Amino acid sequence: MGLEQKLGNMGVVTTSLEKAIGWARANAIWPLLFGLACCAIEMMSAQASRYDLSRFGMELMRASPRQSDLMIVAGRVSRKMAPVLRNLYDQMPDPKWVIAMGDCASCGGVFNNYAIVQGVDEIVPVDVYVAGCPPRPETLIDGILKLQAKIKQEPLTKWQ
Amino acid sequence: MEQTLIQVEDAPSNQVRLEDVQLDITFEQLKRLVSPRALTGETMLLNMGPQHPSTHGVLRLLLELDGETIVNCIPDIGYLHTGIEKTAESKTYLKAIPLTDRTDYLAPMSNNLAFCGAVEKLVGIEVPLRAQYLRVILMELTRMNSHLVWLGTHALDIGAMSVFLYCMREREMILDIYEAVSGARMMSSYIRPGGLWRDVPAHFPQLVQRVLDVFPARLLEYEKLLKENPMWKERTVGVGKISAEDAIAWGMTGPCLRGSGVNYDVRKAQPYSSYDHFEFSVPVGSAGDVYDRYLCRMEEFHQSLKIIRQAMAKLPPGPVMTDDRKVAPPPKHEIAYSMESLIHHFKLWTEGFKAPEGEVYFAVESGKGEYGVLLSGDGSSKPRRVHFRAPSFHNLQPISQISKGALLADIVAIIGSIDIVLGDVDR
Repeated sequence: MGLEQKLGNMGVVTTSLEKAIGWARANAIWPLLFGLACCAIEMMSAQASRYDLSRFGMELMRASPRQSDLMIVAGRVSRKMAPVLRNLYDQMPDPKWVIAMGDCASCGGVFNNYAIVQGVDEIVPVDVYVAGCPPRPETLIDGILKLQAKIKQEPLTKWQ
Repeated sequence: MEQTLIQVEDAPSNQVRLEDVQLDITFEQLKRLVSPRALTGETMLLNMGPQHPSTHGVLRLLLELDGETIVNCIPDIGYLHTGIEKTAESKTYLKAIPLTDRTDYLAPMSNNLAFCGAVEKLVGIEVPLRAQYLRVILMELTRMNSHLVWLGTHALDIGAMSVFLYCMREREMILDIYEAVSGARMMSSYIRPGGLWRDVPAHFPQLVQRVLDVFPARLLEYEKLLKENPMWKERTVGVGKISAEDAIAWGMTGPCLRGSGVNYDVRKAQPYSSYDHFEFSVPVGSAGDVYDRYLCRMEEFHQSLKIIRQAMAKLPPGPVMTDDRKVAPPPKHEIAYSMESLIHHFKLWTEGFKAPEGEVYFAVESGKGEYGVLLSGDGSSKPRRVHFRAPSFHNLQPISQISKGALLADIVAIIGSIDIVLGDVDR
């Protein structure tokens, strides 16, 4: 393999358990297959041909919350949808993370009215906010890379 | 080797008891919607959605099943209700346009045109011919954009993964054109009352030509994958039938109506934006099943290309915005030296233009059907009432009737074939 040729014989690698687990968690995230509105279409674009999210180990969308560890809230969350969304979040096993994709999920966006929850952080804890209406696939990928960097630094004690 | 089953105490189950169904109706009302057998537990109640990969968003269906046959299907909508109509009433006519993008987010330009067309009808503005032709080109590209997502997700639901990847690849070409003209990939807000926001960039013809060159071969590719595919036909032919009378009675429009054999297309019935200058035919099916709706949409790709080709050849030079300064902003170079123009620009963007009292209805043929806007002006710069006649909502209505007696797997094909967008249904 390429790594041995560069570094010589790598028989033993020493690292802390925390770093090893963080590295493993960050590179095998299974997002929940869960689209709400316009942003879900850009999320689909991010997974499809041109942007190919699988380059970052993020393409395996799971339709069941019990098999996934990342929730990408892609779109506006209405007051009727909010309890369902919270229910889905509660069904996800630890460790779990949330990306608020788009302005509506982050802060309500252009819809400052009776129907829309003004930011999904009112009902679930959000790790990364991705701005845009809707964000370009590159922006979403950037948000996911930011999340990966965050996961790598998380202390092991966080998910006890 | 002996296998041991792991017992999970709260194992996820989608089966729900009638008493536990959470709907915004009373138990008595619910009892009237299901068959008497559901009360005894003879038939099974299954909750599908609002988080389900093949309900195209957040549609929720409560299914009553006898084995695998659907006895009753109760749709529950409103999970994406955004209050767009009400919000549009509190904004000036210009500022309401970005909201229309977000109703049917797969065809933003169609929504823009429907709303701007209604405003133009209410105020009485003539649109320059170049703007009309460019609108036609963008409308047809939007139709293809909408149909590409339909084809990709419909095939994905039925089990053909590669079609989705091909469709999204071609869709990027159309999104590139959106981005070139408006600066945004999806939410364009490019069409404005009186014309277009700005003229198209210099490389616009090359971008459109690329679509015209590439698409015919790609369409052949999709047809090779699906049209005569025995598995595809097994899943679609004879499934989700609706007769012409029923389709009209339920208010279906677009390819869903034409798949049942009714030749109705707003572009032909009430031509707008000089659609009568172009030659094209309207594909009509006969059986009214999932397969015929598929055939109609596939033929519409070819017709869209035909219209774009004609419009590009005939595209006249000239302005893209009306010279009626009541609605059109003054040109940028004028603002630089004329105080009056600066004030005019400022007033137009803060107060907006006033529309007379009256009520108009303007409809366009979007990818999904007749997208109409009812606009009621009260003499001020804000509308009294805005209503969107969303094609997805009307096309979704007969789902209880269509799916009665179908198999559980067929409901996925039916939802895909009526091509709903929940942002359009709930608004």
